[in-house]
Amino acid sequence: MINGIPINYYILLSAILFIIGAVGVMARRNAIIIFMCIELMLNAVNLLLVAFSTLHNDANGQVFVFFVMAVAAAEVAVGLAILSMVYRNIKSIDIDLLSKLKN
Amino acid sequence: MLGYSITQWLFGILSFLAIMFGLMVVFTRNPINSVLYLVLTFFCIAGHYLLLNAQFLAVVHIVVYAGAIMVLFLFVIMLMNLNEDSEPQKAVITKVIAGCIGGVLLFVMVGSLKGAEQLQLQASGASQIGLVKNLGRVLFGEFLFPFEIASVLLLAAMVGAIMLGKKEIK
Repeated sequence: MINGIPINYYILLSAILFIIGAVGVMARRNAIIIFMCIELMLNAVNLLLVAFSTLHNDANGQVFVFFVMAVAAAEVAVGLAILSMVYRNIKSIDIDLLSKLKN
Repeated sequence: MLGYSITQWLFGILSFLAIMFGLMVVFTRNPINSVLYLVLTFFCIAGHYLLLNAQFLAVVHIVVYAGAIMVLFLFVIMLMNLNEDSEPQKAVITKVIAGCIGGVLLFVMVGSLKGAEQLQLQASGASQIGLVKNLGRVLFGEFLFPFEIASVLLLAAMVGAIMLGKKEIK
């Protein structure tokens, strides 16, 4: 099944997905979209870990991806709770409004 | 077919779809559509895992990401009643700068890849590590302690989410 796909293609694909996520974080103001872009970046890294683990025939990379998924699930639960609390207080999730610490 | 094997065709199609849906996540204005495009991106990435013969991770990826995390996102968006009209927009100059930074980052990454040696992934028969049996052996042998710690982390996250979600802490 995996015949003749150079690892460089996977590196390139992961880099592109990661950069799409990074640009999303920089270009959007909606906090939930920013959160989703962070998920996209995590997934790009996961894909690369699995590709290298297959390349070296070493299961540790895939176990690491498993732990990354567990941490991402915890992160999303806490993050969305924080966002809903923010929404309850300022009736918006526009991150540019969250600048009270600046002054 | 044009000198490419079926795997290479699948890789190309899945990569193209993943990148397209990823771009749609960023550029769609409606947050609900964004979530749905992200789910499609995750399905493409699960397809990549299957191509890499990491079957366990492919299933876990669909169950955890598409099944649990994105549903949570969808719920929160619906509770906040977000739609296209309430969507805040950054200034055009900020978007242009973000695009430029992304382009430069991609340029650096591709440039650093140029000198790397070309390693081909091994034929699938050699790679059995992604199967549940082999992965479970590693997970519950060598990585048993981190696995237990992950359960504590999930418990802490659950308690934290409930504490944050409560109206007021007495």
